[in-house]
Amino acid sequence: MGEMLQVDRIRCDGHGLCAELLPELISLDDWGYPIVKSGPVPEHLSELARRAVDDCPVLALRLASMTAVTLKR
Amino acid sequence: MELIGPSGESLAAHRQRLGPLPALPSGELIAELESSGLLGRGGAGFPVGRKWRAVAERSSGRAVVLANGAEGEPLSRKDRSLMAARPHLVIDGALLAAQAVGADDIIFYIGAEHRAADAAIRHALAERPADIRGRAQIVTAPTGYVSGEESAAVHFVNAGDARPTTTPPRPFERGVGGRPTLVQNVESLALAALIARRGRDWYTDKGRRGGIGMITVSGAVNRAGVQEVDFGSTMGDAAAAAGGLRGDAQAVLLGGYFGGWADVDEQWGLPLDPRSMRARGLALGCGVIHFLSADSCGVEATTRIMAYLASQSARQCGPCVFGLPAIAEATQRLATRSPQKDDLDRIVRWSGQLVGRGACHHPDGAVGLIRSALQLFADDFAQHQRRRCLSVSRPERVAVA
Amino acid sequence: MNDTLLWYATRGAGVVSLVLLTGVVVLGIVSAMRWQTASWPRFLTTGFHRNLALTTLIFLAIHVVTAVVDPFTALGWGAALVPFTSPYRRFWLGLGVVGIYLLLAIVLTSLLRPIFGPRVWRLVHWLAYAMWPVALIHSIGTGTDPRFLWMLAIEAVCVGSVVVAIAWRVSRAAPTAWRQLPAPAPQVKKWS
Repeated sequence: MGEMLQVDRIRCDGHGLCAELLPELISLDDWGYPIVKSGPVPEHLSELARRAVDDCPVLALRLASMTAVTLKR
Repeated sequence: MELIGPSGESLAAHRQRLGPLPALPSGELIAELESSGLLGRGGAGFPVGRKWRAVAERSSGRAVVLANGAEGEPLSRKDRSLMAARPHLVIDGALLAAQAVGADDIIFYIGAEHRAADAAIRHALAERPADIRGRAQIVTAPTGYVSGEESAAVHFVNAGDARPTTTPPRPFERGVGGRPTLVQNVESLALAALIARRGRDWYTDKGRRGGIGMITVSGAVNRAGVQEVDFGSTMGDAAAAAGGLRGDAQAVLLGGYFGGWADVDEQWGLPLDPRSMRARGLALGCGVIHFLSADSCGVEATTRIMAYLASQSARQCGPCVFGLPAIAEATQRLATRSPQKDDLDRIVRWSGQLVGRGACHHPDGAVGLIRSALQLFADDFAQHQRRRCLSVSRPERVAVA
Repeated sequence: MNDTLLWYATRGAGVVSLVLLTGVVVLGIVSAMRWQTASWPRFLTTGFHRNLALTTLIFLAIHVVTAVVDPFTALGWGAALVPFTSPYRRFWLGLGVVGIYLLLAIVLTSLLRPIFGPRVWRLVHWLAYAMWPVALIHSIGTGTDPRFLWMLAIEAVCVGSVVVAIAWRVSRAAPTAWRQLPAPAPQVKKWS
């Protein structure tokens, strides 16, 4: 069961710690806000992803299990 | 096709014209709507039957119906016209929806500027029996582009704040008062009420299975207004019903500011039904068809729209708050023929960075518009980057102040 | 146990705690200001901020336990747990107890942030601006008899760092100031 990174776009304040910790999956746009690569988090990055979620100053990042992400359309 | 004018139909006239509201078992109506292929008319085009089923499944009798008549899209007038002219049909649709999804409470969410619509719905509710009046309330939607977005509507009812919220959960799971909420455009509800009376075949027999619906035609036509159309008809038919083009048109805006520009000549004779349009990479969205006259400048018109969209951000998400004004300003510099060297490239890069990165789809809509403009008006943009303009520019008012 | 050793342990751990707490507060401000360089990324600031805070708890534990256990001070556990009940320098020592409770609230809400949520976490975290002065005043008030120069110097550096950091923060607009701006007035829509 894979996990996906999701950003609460309203909470996100563009601190950018997530991109520092997980540059493989997260990059920053011209204004410092995260662009997250879509798809499940690879196994070997799972630990770092968890750390990025914990370190986000505003708790905007979360890991959701892919089965829980129901695509309505 | 008929042009709709305002004159709120009374309950008696409504009943005489259409007959009484049928009493269908709720599962049956939902199945009928699903097989009719009726798509939502608020702009997103989500299948109506599927949405009702999703709410019904979670309802346990606690659901809420929110009839969305906010109509924040500036170029669209169909919802307010429909509410003003046929309020009882809208109310019928809301009642049927409430019965189908197991809702006691009905909210009519009507845009603050649509005063005739508000009056008509109020008056129509007053004609209804007390038990129905007691279940319904009118909530005035604040003026603004995003206040009609479904999570914004729910947020306003819950907390007086008409800004979109983070989803999940979506309103069909948790909406007004935390209860499963059906947010449905008023035209969709009206069509559901017609399908309930006349059956699914009445709908699918028309419009190349796309049925009928309402559009708003505006811009370089002689008689702009709201029309009821069979979706098998063409853009040329819509223009004819609007008194024909006023001069030549160089482009057509489909779906409003949330839609995109298309080539008039290409689309003129092609049908408007959703399937054909999707096959051509287009969408009618909330039914806006706006013609841009040949002696206007596409870059200039696009600039006005982008400035408006940037101003209408709910200002909650960084990419939208910073990205839309950046694109709007770069487009503005191009329009006034004083661009910076990389403005075109920047617009393309920023557009790519904005898609899917807001809590709602407002930035996506803006990106869709600017991308369609860059494609259709490619020559104009290239000329503007070189500080020239292809049109004898008489700036056309594209429905913004 | 050697009385003098306990006494030195209490005072030593207390001073170390104060210095560490000063570092925690300064790093917290640096983090809020989003300061970073090419070789000092933000997660270093937040990492140190968190680790120093947790280290402070260890030194505070030593500070409190040695103080209570020390037969010379005649402090019972009651004085350590209930503020303003000690027979010795009641007010100044009581402040220390208050300070520790404030710190514990901040640390607990931070460790359990997913449960408390960002709003509660933020509100409690602001108590840091109460906790640090309380700790400082406690240190000055319960400080033992001769005021050593080195002790004064340490206190001066602590106060100076925090004052400078706060001045720095106040002098700049918050990076999220744009959220507070009123939304632009909706434009009048004229339809062509």
